[in-house]
Amino acid sequence: MSLQGQQSIGTKTPLIPIRKVLPWLIACGFLLLLPQVFPSGAGLTIMNQMAITIVFALAYNMLLGQAGMLSFGHAVYMGLGGFFCMHLLNQVEYNQLYLPLPLLPLFGGLFGLIFAFLIGSFSTRRAGTVFAMISLGVGELIAACSIIIVVFFGGEEGVSGDRTMGPQVFGFDFASQLEVYYLTAIWLVLAALGMYLFSRTPMGRIANAVRDNEERAEFLGYSQRNVRWISFCASGFFCGIAGALFAINFEILTEENLNLATSGSILLITFLGGVGFFVGPVIGAVVFTLLQTVLSLYTEIWQLYLGILFVLTVMFFPSGLTGLIAMHFRPWNLSKVGLLIRPYAKIAGPALVLLFSAIAIMEILFHARHSSIGSEEMNLFGMTINSHSPVPLIIAVGLLLISFFVVRKLAPGLLDAWQDANHQERET
Amino acid sequence: MSLFIVNILDGLVTGLLLFMLCSGLTLIFSMMGVLNFAHASFYMLGAYFGYQISTYVGFWPGLILAPIIVGVIGAAIERYGLRRVHQYGHVPELIFTFGLALLIEEVVQFFWGKSQMAFEAPAALKFAAFSIAGNAFPAYKVFMIFIAIGVFLVLLYILTKTRIGMIIQAALSYPETVQNLGHNVPLIFMGVFGVGTAMAAIAGVIAGPVLGTFPGMAVLLGSIVFVTIVIGGLGSLWGALLASLLIGWLQTFAAAYNLRMADLLTAIGLTEPADLAQSLLSDLWTLTLPQVGPILPYLLMIIVLALRPQGLFGKRET
Repeated sequence: MSLQGQQSIGTKTPLIPIRKVLPWLIACGFLLLLPQVFPSGAGLTIMNQMAITIVFALAYNMLLGQAGMLSFGHAVYMGLGGFFCMHLLNQVEYNQLYLPLPLLPLFGGLFGLIFAFLIGSFSTRRAGTVFAMISLGVGELIAACSIIIVVFFGGEEGVSGDRTMGPQVFGFDFASQLEVYYLTAIWLVLAALGMYLFSRTPMGRIANAVRDNEERAEFLGYSQRNVRWISFCASGFFCGIAGALFAINFEILTEENLNLATSGSILLITFLGGVGFFVGPVIGAVVFTLLQTVLSLYTEIWQLYLGILFVLTVMFFPSGLTGLIAMHFRPWNLSKVGLLIRPYAKIAGPALVLLFSAIAIMEILFHARHSSIGSEEMNLFGMTINSHSPVPLIIAVGLLLISFFVVRKLAPGLLDAWQDANHQERET
Repeated sequence: MSLFIVNILDGLVTGLLLFMLCSGLTLIFSMMGVLNFAHASFYMLGAYFGYQISTYVGFWPGLILAPIIVGVIGAAIERYGLRRVHQYGHVPELIFTFGLALLIEEVVQFFWGKSQMAFEAPAALKFAAFSIAGNAFPAYKVFMIFIAIGVFLVLLYILTKTRIGMIIQAALSYPETVQNLGHNVPLIFMGVFGVGTAMAAIAGVIAGPVLGTFPGMAVLLGSIVFVTIVIGGLGSLWGALLASLLIGWLQTFAAAYNLRMADLLTAIGLTEPADLAQSLLSDLWTLTLPQVGPILPYLLMIIVLALRPQGLFGKRET
């Protein structure tokens, strides 16, 4: 046994294994190519928003996923970083402060760090519920202050500025969306890499230990409180970077950047993506931004769908979307994914009918209750139907019941196939 | 002086209303160790159900029926939702109730829309109970005080004097032992959750006509409720009562007295700068007490946590 241990210490793994670098290179290439695929202004705006959300969600997951701290007021650190950067931009414009725009996120991050240091000094004393409640209180306090302290927060209209007034960097003045996209993308990669490397340091590992068993970590000689405090500060730093990127992109910050709704949505994004994985928040941010843009085009009650999706995720898939994908790695490694194709194909049809009939019921009910008087026609999946007559509703409910029954009937088969696919035969 | 008494009474109404929410929340917290983020949402559901029932059969049946319906919904959510999430730990539980709060707000908007409902106090209570130096005090507020105190006394009686209350108290501290003695602890949890949400719903029905019945009412009160129980000490019923009253009075008095910061600063010998609009300290000079009112509970929470981390009456360090 001991010999084996020595051997494994002796065989040196390369410092940077190619398997670990490859995803980053692919991501960088992807970010470079995206503007060629979606060159329109709207496309660039959505991509910028996505990048900012990714940085914010990754920073949030440094707390929730890696240190096990649930914050209900995390928009504050991003928002304050953003407000601070907005003031810096105004200083550049009016008081000839020399500050090249690409360096701005660094200052946003520093401000986020300072603020997280101050708040963390008393909020990180305990984890779990108490930390969550204090973060909520602090978040609400700052959000309420933003209306009172007009000098810094600009009252109800917020603070706005102009990013193009600084010194030019290599001939760029960052007036076009494309230049801002590349600036955001570079900072996205830098921040993501920074957060990834942080999670690999001994500090990041100890944060995991404190998350899993704080008492035991304490007995090993690590102050659980300091570990949480440092995690909190690091998270605040990257939130500040996200805030600065927001300031650069939108050139305005308001009370909305600080309030509970923003803090809540970042929790939703991170959890939907999957808190247990580094890429979870990335996937969450991309999917959420797309859902938000696409769903809100088609339906007024997209937030209801999102709420249902969130609650169902917490109940049935606590490891999120990424967890759902990662579940299939084991069958894949055992090369048994083939076993799953047939049951998946069998259940897909009824499941889709179930989904769409549920959507149909909600859309019909919503239209029937809230349409203006006289307009009884509504458009549902390309069909024009009368929402006030009972026939479409009865058909939808019927379809829902039938498909639910079929799914219930097929579920045990899928479960058996899943067990088979995950089961490794003993080698003879 | 008369204004002072009116404010004392108004603050009492707000405080007791807060307490009706806080007591249920505290009970659920000390039993299951989970803070129900959606508690204020059940309060909102109570107000909406109360309104809907009052449009058919009047206010009084609504006061009885709405809490029962909400209590059943709450118990069902505990049975089929929370109990499932419980196995993953406390943080997912908190996230679940947070998602529930979002969902309930959306569901309310789905059925009732975004505008305020015309939920009116019953005609029988639309008179001035008494007046203090010309300030009429509505009978409805007296009624609110009595309902809140009544609910509290019933709760206290059940918890301390009845057999079922003893079992609940025992299940709070030693759930396994109580289970081994043959009591159905999961059923007790479900019942407590149902009763807690029903109490929130009673608060909703009686507050709906006064504070307005609209989709934002849960968020408006929700974070104050959490601040209150953190100040009072998590899990302490008496602490929750004291903190509720404290915050009720704090908010009422802050809204009623228009103290200006400028007066205060001049009183201690500072002179107001001439170019106030340009000065960085302009906000400090133009600050008034009603403006600061909304942030006072949060400030109080931070002060309490800094000086006494376990809250006013808490036993455990928070």
